[in-house]
Amino acid sequence: MPHYQLDHLDQLEAEAIFVLRETAAQFQNPALLFSGGKDSIVMAHLAAKAFWPAKIPFPLLHIDTGHNFAETIAYRDSFTEELGARLVVGHVQDSIDKGRVKEEKGPYASRNALQSVTLLDTIEEHKFTACLGGGRRDEEKARAKERFFSHRDDFGQWDPKNQRPELWNLFNGRHHPGEHFRIFPLSNFTEMDIWMYLRREAVALPPLYFAHQREVFARHGSLLAVTEHITLLETEKPERKTVRFRTIGDVTCTGAVESNAATLDDVIAEVAAARQTERGTRADDKRSETAMEDRKKEGYF
Amino acid sequence: MDLLRFATAGSVDDGKSTLIGRLLYDSKSIFEDQLSAVEESSRRRGDAVVNLALLTDGLRAEREQGITIDVAYRYFATPRRKFIIADTPGHIQYTRNMVTGASTADLAIILIDARKGVIEQTKRHSFVANLLKIRHLTVAVNKMDLVDYDEGVFHRIVQDFHAFASRLDDIAEITAIPVSALNGDNVVDKSDKMPWFKGPSLLYHLETVYTGGTENHVDARFPVQWIIRPQSHEHHDFRGYAGRVAGGVFKPGDTVSVLPSGFSTTVEKIYLPGGREIAEAFAPQSVVMTLKDEIDISRGDMLVKTNNPPNKGQDVEAMVCWFSQKPMEARGKYLLRHTTKETKAIVQELRYQVDIETLHKKEGVPTLAMNDIGRVSLRTATPLFYDSYRRNRLTGSFILVDPGTHETVAAGMIV
Repeated sequence: MPHYQLDHLDQLEAEAIFVLRETAAQFQNPALLFSGGKDSIVMAHLAAKAFWPAKIPFPLLHIDTGHNFAETIAYRDSFTEELGARLVVGHVQDSIDKGRVKEEKGPYASRNALQSVTLLDTIEEHKFTACLGGGRRDEEKARAKERFFSHRDDFGQWDPKNQRPELWNLFNGRHHPGEHFRIFPLSNFTEMDIWMYLRREAVALPPLYFAHQREVFARHGSLLAVTEHITLLETEKPERKTVRFRTIGDVTCTGAVESNAATLDDVIAEVAAARQTERGTRADDKRSETAMEDRKKEGYF
Repeated sequence: MDLLRFATAGSVDDGKSTLIGRLLYDSKSIFEDQLSAVEESSRRRGDAVVNLALLTDGLRAEREQGITIDVAYRYFATPRRKFIIADTPGHIQYTRNMVTGASTADLAIILIDARKGVIEQTKRHSFVANLLKIRHLTVAVNKMDLVDYDEGVFHRIVQDFHAFASRLDDIAEITAIPVSALNGDNVVDKSDKMPWFKGPSLLYHLETVYTGGTENHVDARFPVQWIIRPQSHEHHDFRGYAGRVAGGVFKPGDTVSVLPSGFSTTVEKIYLPGGREIAEAFAPQSVVMTLKDEIDISRGDMLVKTNNPPNKGQDVEAMVCWFSQKPMEARGKYLLRHTTKETKAIVQELRYQVDIETLHKKEGVPTLAMNDIGRVSLRTATPLFYDSYRRNRLTGSFILVDPGTHETVAAGMIV
């Protein structure tokens, strides 16, 4: 590679760091959305690098559906402690208890959609003016059109047809009281870039991302974990399999894949050969063709 | 791995989405679940063949109307390179999206329908790409299958394009390739239907073309973005200036000036994010610098090499593209964002508008409306430290923000 040229991971890192610093500079009270998923781990890792040797100048924010993998919560707590970061948690259970949302019923019940309400309530309670998220444009076709600095109106809604043009390095975070921004420093990363970056930076990940034995059952072409939060239909039979997760979210909608990938190298080889997107394991995206756009308009991540 | 950012411009009728769908599909960047979702949608819409355009048109309104509304970013990789595509709609009313997509691209693909040849739209796209300083143009003459893969048709179009492109400024390279996006001819693999064409396939060209990036590595510019003061025991006296190098190269020991104060000092150390010390920093790296002397420096200030300062002034001449539905106001006041600085600006004069159909200058026009491009003179409330956009995209560009609505209303390139 010629002198004064950066390889693609360095370019993506430099861009993400710039966006993180820009967020700190342009917003009074930002927060970084942290779910314990790999994208948010990369986000927190980048935030720690961006402000070194100072601490991250904003808190991490976890919207907790209560339907977690135990490993995620353990990881969240040790990782935030290691970074010396402040953690704020918004509980979906609180929104249910307050009658702000109604729990879905039946075997397909998920708290995934309810998160949007808890998120918006938590944003309002803490008066966060910007939430940094780990969303990537390669994930989903509606995300492909989202800006780094994505405006939300008074109601937390995204208006995809009326987005601010974003050019060069110039990000416009100006907003009126009550409005806020979602900010996506990883916009230009692909799933493969995330894995390669995690390997390069030697970041420890929750064990869920690597092959392990687990009780699972098949539903709509995905393998879901057997947990107390999902009721199995009569036709659904639990089986013990060697699996890993490509994304980690709420247990009710995060599907596993059969895999023997035990290390980051194995995972990267598997991702390179994969013929399904990672969101192909997400039941929440299968609800309709524009499921993501519809949820985002309502204030989803 | 190397990264190439390119923009595509064209309308639905040119087969732009089909071409991108083809690049993604044939380079195996499309996954089975995405393809089966598109097959399912095509079936429901009653399309005769799988409509690859549906891979890229993601918004509900776009799928309903069969048009591309907004810039979409696409990603694919081959063993040689990673690619980021800024996929921009080509309709006249969407010039603002083309400008946006082109602002970060190193190369533009200009799509021409082989049956229509070089038309107004071709010129408009090339003009916008050139205005945004894209120096590499790849002319994809599409729908060759509909002109019997005729060599003469291709050569006439290439000749016409070169005749027009001689009016563009500072183009490094033009490559023309005859393709059929629908059938995949010359997109990823060389087509056996056009043995007369000796050049590369489109993908091979994209994988191997050398652009050298758009960064300036000559004039050292460092807009200060954020001040890092840890206020911890371990780093008690640490005072670092965080930012992204916008041009040139900085090294520890360099004599630098701080603008606007004009004080000179020496670069002490340069750190990458996370703290690794480095011997030199260049665009587009994000770094932290420490300086020998304690000087009052804040966000929006700029560090430059003392022997190579930028232009300084409150009066700038610029080409602007207007984005807002509310037209530009004569003597209108806006917020101007330039590097990490924000200041007020007033439109002094609209010198002329460029007719993007004919590329003629129209003088005496009262205002710029949405999607118009024109040359203006602006006066800022505080001095800007800038280079011409031709010399440096990052220190030569700005946006205008409406102080009332906070919308981004225009993008500007300093002449």
